[in-house]
Amino acid sequence: MEHYISLILKAIFVENMALAFFLGMCTFLAISKKIEAAVGLGIAVVVVLTVTVPVNNLLYNSVLREGALGWAGLPNVDLSFLGLLTYIGVIAAIVQIMEMVLDKYIPALYAALGVFLPLITVNCAILGASLFMVERDYTFGESVVYGFGAGVGWALAIVALAGIREKLKYSDVPDGLRGLGITFITVGLMSLGFMSFSGISL
Amino acid sequence: MADASAKQVLFEPIFSNNPIALQILGICSALAVTTSMNVTLVMCMAVISVTAFSNLAVSLVRTQIPGSIRIIVQMTIIASLVIVVDQVLKAFAYEISKQLSVFVGLIITNCIVMGRAEGFAMKNGPWLSFLDGVGNGMGYSVLLIFVAFFRELLGAGSLFGVSLMPVVNEGGWYVPNGLLLLPPSAFFIIGLAIWGLRTWKPEQVEEPDYKMSRHTAKEAF
Repeated sequence: MEHYISLILKAIFVENMALAFFLGMCTFLAISKKIEAAVGLGIAVVVVLTVTVPVNNLLYNSVLREGALGWAGLPNVDLSFLGLLTYIGVIAAIVQIMEMVLDKYIPALYAALGVFLPLITVNCAILGASLFMVERDYTFGESVVYGFGAGVGWALAIVALAGIREKLKYSDVPDGLRGLGITFITVGLMSLGFMSFSGISL
Repeated sequence: MADASAKQVLFEPIFSNNPIALQILGICSALAVTTSMNVTLVMCMAVISVTAFSNLAVSLVRTQIPGSIRIIVQMTIIASLVIVVDQVLKAFAYEISKQLSVFVGLIITNCIVMGRAEGFAMKNGPWLSFLDGVGNGMGYSVLLIFVAFFRELLGAGSLFGVSLMPVVNEGGWYVPNGLLLLPPSAFFIIGLAIWGLRTWKPEQVEEPDYKMSRHTAKEAF
């Protein structure tokens, strides 16, 4: 149990997807103008991550990994080079299913997310989490916890940024820096803040 | 007309419609791989080739793809190209591919590739799409190389691994700025680069959401 708690804390704070690894930056910057949209997107990311990371973990351990096909009588097959294609296929399929479900049951959220829901597919945080999961050799239980934690960390970061930007629009920023420029600098400062977590070892 | 628009498609993304500075695409890897010039250059080549060829391929099959599964089809094309690039890098530039680690894989989710496939290649012919891919890849590279230049020069006192400003640890005079090798510096440099670009091309400045009204009452002084 303790192991899982330290894993989740690490995924949320120390190795924050957005601020420590720069993953999922595009949507992070584009959709953080309003808190409501940021919360919606954050939830979507948490859900997608919590589902995709364990699914990819199962696929990796039972199909792709070297020797994993032993049960099918093919102990020497190593399909790990197909990894990228498999993970992204799983992610794209799950996102598309979510799109249909949201469209049918929660049209307001669907409209709010707009074009950015399909872009969750290309949200590097999602694929990145799967790649990190493979690189660090997580077990199934760990991958569930890690997927959830990484999603929460990302959601936390985007909601925080949206909060800052909502206030920021009332400030008098130099012309050229307005919008994207000042957002970058803000994120830089946030990332500097989050670096203080990196000294914590769990 | 065909010539002019081809040229426009190729060169517009470099400064006027830069994918990173204006379209907010492909920022993730821009930040993570820019600590040294060597790595950055390899990354840029990889991205240019993937955007160009994925645009070409998507544009070739664009009339055959049913709208509801287009994302999966595009992802499959892109992922196959990235696997090729990944294998080539592992075969011919093993050291650098180790340094790039997961970020080669993350080209798949680089929004430039997907964004251009969805936004341009689905609507245009193969040749223009190919040029659009090259152009956007170059726009990405210009900014990336700019960031890497400053980060490596000021953070490690060298370029392409060749020491230009001898650092103090090795008996030189330059005290390297460690902050520039850390993540936040990349945000600052890109932020400042955007500032510079928009001062040069003022039409890119964004409209303010909120304007302060002028003072109407006289202040008491």
